[in-house]
Amino acid sequence: MKAAQAGNLRSGELGKRGEELAAEYLAGIGLVVLSRNWRCRGGEIDVVATDGERLIVCEVKTRSGTGYGEPAEGVTSAKAARIRRVAAAWLRTHRVGWCEIRFDVLAVLCPPDGPVTVEHLRGAF
Amino acid sequence: MSLASAWAVALHGVDGVLVEIEAHIGPGLPGLQMVGLPDTALSEARDRVRAAVLNSGRRWPPRRMTLALSPATLPKVGSSYDLALACALLAADGRIPADRLRGLVLLGELALDGRLRPVRGVLPAVLAARRVGIGQVVVPTASLAEAALVDGVQVYGATCLKEVLRWLRDPGIGLVRPGAPRPAASPVIPDLADVLGQGDARWAVEVAAAGGHHLLLTGPPGTGKTMLAQRMVGLLPPLTDTEALEVTAVHSVAGLLATDTPLITAPPFVAPHHTSSVAALVGGGSGLAKPGAVSRAHRGVLFLDEVAEFGPRSLEALRTPLEDGEVRLARRDGVVRYPARCQLVLAANPCPCAPPDERDCICAPSARRRYLGRLSGPLLDRVDVQVAMRPVKDLGRADAEPECTAAVRDRVLLARAAARSRWSNTGWSTNAEVPGPVLRRRFRLPRAVTEPIETALHRGLVTARGADRTLRLAWTLADLAGRDRPLIDDVSAAMGLRHRGAA
Repeated sequence: MKAAQAGNLRSGELGKRGEELAAEYLAGIGLVVLSRNWRCRGGEIDVVATDGERLIVCEVKTRSGTGYGEPAEGVTSAKAARIRRVAAAWLRTHRVGWCEIRFDVLAVLCPPDGPVTVEHLRGAF
Repeated sequence: MSLASAWAVALHGVDGVLVEIEAHIGPGLPGLQMVGLPDTALSEARDRVRAAVLNSGRRWPPRRMTLALSPATLPKVGSSYDLALACALLAADGRIPADRLRGLVLLGELALDGRLRPVRGVLPAVLAARRVGIGQVVVPTASLAEAALVDGVQVYGATCLKEVLRWLRDPGIGLVRPGAPRPAASPVIPDLADVLGQGDARWAVEVAAAGGHHLLLTGPPGTGKTMLAQRMVGLLPPLTDTEALEVTAVHSVAGLLATDTPLITAPPFVAPHHTSSVAALVGGGSGLAKPGAVSRAHRGVLFLDEVAEFGPRSLEALRTPLEDGEVRLARRDGVVRYPARCQLVLAANPCPCAPPDERDCICAPSARRRYLGRLSGPLLDRVDVQVAMRPVKDLGRADAEPECTAAVRDRVLLARAAARSRWSNTGWSTNAEVPGPVLRRRFRLPRAVTEPIETALHRGLVTARGADRTLRLAWTLADLAGRDRPLIDDVSAAMGLRHRGAA
């Protein structure tokens, strides 16, 4: 968990800020970030990292409040399926052979007037 | 990340089965899985429960939640699990003490704003809770009076989820306890004194009421068949406590109870229209069958007006329920049993044209025969009293005021009491239930008394089954007259009560 101060942000900026915070957080728990915002035709993965044993594919979901539900609730099953496909593309592109892979969700809550929280759901899908 | 469980009740006919609802909150993407054979209404509980929890000011846990309903093989139908689902989830989230949910059954459908809506079948559910020794039940306030009919269980009424949650944290505050039971207002039953003339038919109705015999009234329109049938429930004794609970349970499952005075203490009168389908008469529906007219008339009167107009399939379907006193209906989700011990009253015109005076009939003989021929032999075999009614010839005189319901009812009650004490150690309570062989062996009458029956049998005027029926009626006539055994006059009169045609 990490706390910082965030001002009022527009939606694109909010997402970017959330990804920054998430990367900081991942580095903070000792993971090595391999790619950020990696895109291919099928879509985008927010963060690809590793802890030395396995590949960790992270989806970062940022929201400024819980009025429309918790951030993690925004990761739908369609989104999860897309991330799996893109992760496969990432492996092909980087010529990584067989490895253990884990899909995490980083739920970042950036309320306009309060501490930012990052919640890490390991093996979310 | 934890586990909690709550209790609800699944209905299987008029029997309740306790259902344990387990909630598990674990890591993973937020979402709610429900397992354990839920039907559509129950799967939709996911959305109702979520909205109700949020609108009651509680957090919806942003975790992966699993709700399991066990026994998992029992199909679960309807919305009555909502309250238990919500409480199990919140207990697993640590919002309410999980140990308070032990020994507590929760019933009720949740509205999106957290209000509790009444559900069907509360009475059988509370009975099921008592059977397994659960001492506390929370129901929607609207169903509180119904739940309070069961002794030995503490019932509480709640209007919304918030109230239940507050009560679970602090049992000192809150839920409504049932008030003193209010006696049900007895339905207004028209008086027998309204019927003009028809001495024979009145007598037949009295005999049928006294012995619990099925009754067929035939006659031209306007002679008072329907009036007599409607007045018959007024002659029957009030239901005993166990009977009242049986009847109320059936009506509860059918969703037909009054909220303030739910207990049914008077014998029900059910008169389905002659276009009713088989399913409407004996019960049916998809999934698990729902009770039909024959079960709603349990311990009361099932009146089939214009019985010759009923479809033959509908009438035939009544045969087994009448014989067994219950119906067993198999549908996709299982076999259910509903009680169906009712007294049948049939009314019919003698022919399709039905003129006031039978001599004016213009029907072809074949049409006449076909009309009442639709009543099958096997069904009529079960109808002990069959009377033909004649047109009324005068409007009644002031000096011969017809007898009122109260006077006839007194005689009927005495006769029923006599019959009950005679059959007390056999399991039957009315003469109509006693099988023929018992009457012919253990309660054999002297030959001098049964002589009219013997003669009729010998001449081929009655069948052996008809003879049994006459014997049963003779016992009822003796009960009505206050004799402890039928005399030859009773036997002759009994034969007279079956004078429709030559059967």
